[in-house]
Amino acid sequence: MKHEIVEKNVGLLSVLILVVISFGGLAEIVPLFFQDKTTEPVEGLKPLSALELEGRDIYIREGCVGCHSQMIRPFRAETERYGHYSVAGEFVYDHPFLWGSKRTGPDLARVGGRYSDDWHRAHLYNPRDVVPESKMPDYPWLFENTLSGEDTPSKMRALRSVGVPYTDEQITGATQAVRGQQEITALVAYLQQLGTVLKDAR
Amino acid sequence: MNNLWGDSLSSFWSIWIIVITLGTIVFCWWLLFANRKTDKQPSVDGEVETTGHTADGIDEYDNPLPRWWFMLYVGTVIFSVAYLLLYPGLGNFQGVLGWSQEGQWDEEIAYAQEQYAPIFAKYSEVPVPELAQNGDAMQVAERIYLNNCAVCHGSNAQGGYGFPNLTDDAWLYGGEPENIITTLNNGRNGLMPAWQQLGDSNLENVTDYVLSLSGEEHDADKASQGEAIFVSACVACHGPDGNGNQAIGAPSLTDNIWLYRRPGQETHAAVLETLRNGRNGHMPAQAAYIGEDKVHLVAAYIYSLSN
Repeated sequence: MKHEIVEKNVGLLSVLILVVISFGGLAEIVPLFFQDKTTEPVEGLKPLSALELEGRDIYIREGCVGCHSQMIRPFRAETERYGHYSVAGEFVYDHPFLWGSKRTGPDLARVGGRYSDDWHRAHLYNPRDVVPESKMPDYPWLFENTLSGEDTPSKMRALRSVGVPYTDEQITGATQAVRGQQEITALVAYLQQLGTVLKDAR
Repeated sequence: MNNLWGDSLSSFWSIWIIVITLGTIVFCWWLLFANRKTDKQPSVDGEVETTGHTADGIDEYDNPLPRWWFMLYVGTVIFSVAYLLLYPGLGNFQGVLGWSQEGQWDEEIAYAQEQYAPIFAKYSEVPVPELAQNGDAMQVAERIYLNNCAVCHGSNAQGGYGFPNLTDDAWLYGGEPENIITTLNNGRNGLMPAWQQLGDSNLENVTDYVLSLSGEEHDADKASQGEAIFVSACVACHGPDGNGNQAIGAPSLTDNIWLYRRPGQETHAAVLETLRNGRNGHMPAQAAYIGEDKVHLVAAYIYSLSN
């Protein structure tokens, strides 16, 4: 094919560019959709409860992922500090995943159980009350806002449609489970379960 | 322990990856040579072949790539083939070096274990009170404390609202070495029930009685009325004299130390709040995070802070 023909037809050029760059994805990404290690949950993984799910949405809303990753890489420097490296099967119910790509604060992949609920509440109200040198912002409104739970069942249905095994019972009880709860309670519930599924995580 | 990607792909996907990867490399190689314009040499006399593109009077020359540049391209292709031979990349072929992420991690851990474990093992054989006198050990212990404990108890170990001070003589669960080690290994769960059901005036009275135990400012009349309720509701955990019970982590009420008094808060208000709403103190277990040898070392550090 004459190069001139490609250069002078933007549509053809676009199609050919797409073909070329798709090879990387075809070799590196597509096979993962068919691998047990990436599609099967690790043993004991459960979908988030209604409250934890709302907590996760608050985590997303407040932009926590901008400063905190949830992905421990297999380096000793990381596993000493954070615990066992993350494995793909821990994230099969995460839509979207919150691995993050930047650590201004520490990784949170296994923060669950590391600190007490009281500590998280104090820390999120004003991080400097417990960590004087912290530069994390305050989130005092989490203590004022409460959840209505109106959208929780829809969120769970949406997740179910992409493979998260919520039961009808969980979905119908979701509003009841979160209504009137403080946002901080939901967020702490979400944080406290992070990374706790792998029992031999250290 | 847990493999990142599992041991193998199905043979279909393995072949899929190999075909795409090698096919792409071969294609690049072909592209490079098929388009090579070796027959065209840049002329020196100004007679240059152009592509026919002209912009503002500037012609686009149709010269071959400089040789060094061309060789760089060839180099990248050779590099990719060598890489794919040495490291995992082609489907299930693991590479002749046998390298893996998990393997590298295992090696790092084994090396660190070999380097550092004997140090901690040596310290773990020294009794806590003696270890607390060892300056080198305490320097190591302080680092572990700062990395794992200071987040709640503070870098000066003086605690804060809801987080016990470790530098005083007051201990919720006992300050003997074995108590400290147990606390560190297994964590603690303190539970003070909520007494809302006693009603406001009773709560006020008990509050004044509790304040009287440590000689804090209080209303003597209310305190005397509160004593009967204290005897019926509180002595089971805090003891008849309010000295507490370290077996269950019930604090002494006689020592003027108020774990749940916010900075600047009136003691009366703090005690009333605790009575009304109860408290849940939780110290996470540390054995799984730092291991028993380091727990022993940190226990010695904490012991040294108040002894």
